[in-house]
Amino acid sequence: MKDKLQVAALENGTVIDHIPSELVFRIVDLLGLNNLQSSVTIGYNLQSRKIGRKGIIKVADKFFTDEEISRLSVVAPNVVLNIIRGYDVVEKKTVTMPDELHGIVRCPNPKCICNNEPMQTFFHVINKETRTLKCHYCEKELHV
Amino acid sequence: MPHSLVTIANLSKEKILSLLDNAACFEAQPNRRLLEGHVVATLFFEPSTRTRLSFETAVNRLAGRVIGFSDAANTSTSKGETLKDTIMMVSNYADLIVMRHHLEGAARYASEVSPVPIINAGDGANQHPSQTMLDLYSIRKTQGTLEGLDICLVGDLKYGRTVHSLIMAMRHFHPHFHFVAPPELAMPEEYKIYCRQNGISFEEHTEFDSSVINNTDILYMTRVQRERFTDLMEYERVKNVYILRADMLTNTRPNMRILHPLPRVNEIANDVDACPQAYYFQQAKNGLFVREALICDCLDIEA
Ligand SMILES: [Zn+2]
Repeated sequence: MKDKLQVAALENGTVIDHIPSELVFRIVDLLGLNNLQSSVTIGYNLQSRKIGRKGIIKVADKFFTDEEISRLSVVAPNVVLNIIRGYDVVEKKTVTMPDELHGIVRCPNPKCICNNEPMQTFFHVINKETRTLKCHYCEKELHV
Repeated sequence: MPHSLVTIANLSKEKILSLLDNAACFEAQPNRRLLEGHVVATLFFEPSTRTRLSFETAVNRLAGRVIGFSDAANTSTSKGETLKDTIMMVSNYADLIVMRHHLEGAARYASEVSPVPIINAGDGANQHPSQTMLDLYSIRKTQGTLEGLDICLVGDLKYGRTVHSLIMAMRHFHPHFHFVAPPELAMPEEYKIYCRQNGISFEEHTEFDSSVINNTDILYMTRVQRERFTDLMEYERVKNVYILRADMLTNTRPNMRILHPLPRVNEIANDVDACPQAYYFQQAKNGLFVREALICDCLDIEA
């Protein structure tokens, strides 16, 4: 109940909840919310029993695709997306690690072509549990 | 997408064997006019005279033409041109691009943007598939088979990309490996995991002595380079431990052969060159036949 009071009602759209406060603006970035025309409400430093202080983002009239949601898997794997239709939560989505990550993670290898050429990074997720990635280009592995 | 060769890691056993069979045909008859009317570019962003000459000889013996550069210092790359732009420009002129680059993943990226096939002739510490294929060719030629061999890898097993690629390529053929290296240059954990996952048996040694030399079919030597050591005292201590001399070869298996990716520094003494087990110069020569086969394969030319 307390959570609901902190956020004004949304008729249709998505409420992204359980965001660690310091990651709110990273998520705005990753989802490209700067470029949306619909209204976006951002709250942070809200009280949370689970994670101390949390952030929350409400996006009106926007339903994210699985690809968009998977972009959050590296930075904020534990956020929850509440899908709202007619003021009701009709679905809760959690973030899952996709098989491939394009342009989200930087390769830690300074001698990798992707750090030396104007191009998108590309990682294969080789183990979702251990969160192990392998750079498509230099083939080095990293954990996120 | 054009038919590039970036790594041997995804080549099937059948593909590897058919490429080796084609290379054997080229050894029997190296001069064939299969590339007549074709232009091959050799782009060596990082110099490597040995590898470049081998590829260019392969093209010449197949009656193709070569364009390219042997050092990026005097090209537009040194003026800040992107790799993509260089590849797009050259692909206007050439049917195939052979490239060596100091950055890892450069060949993979080039193969994704290029309208013509790419052969990776080395991308930094990452891959060098034509070297691996000539190693396989040399092993098969000297042993008559690739199946079930004892292979001893000696020297720098930490940074040596040729030994890492060789392990991956041999996974189809049930080898038994001996890894002989000082602790500082030991085989990295990820390749030992790879061996276990692929059912490849191996033993690790720090001593380079008769017990390993006399019980192997292939003795694959690599350079121990000074610049790999953070502790120069350690380098001084180990640099002479992994040197092969002729007097160490008196009780080897009769079929045993010594390979080395060359150039050597001092890890194989000169007196070994005259021993019947020495095979490294022939190994380098085999690179020509293997590269003829790889070039034809990438251009979909029946060898
Ligand atoms: Zn990389």
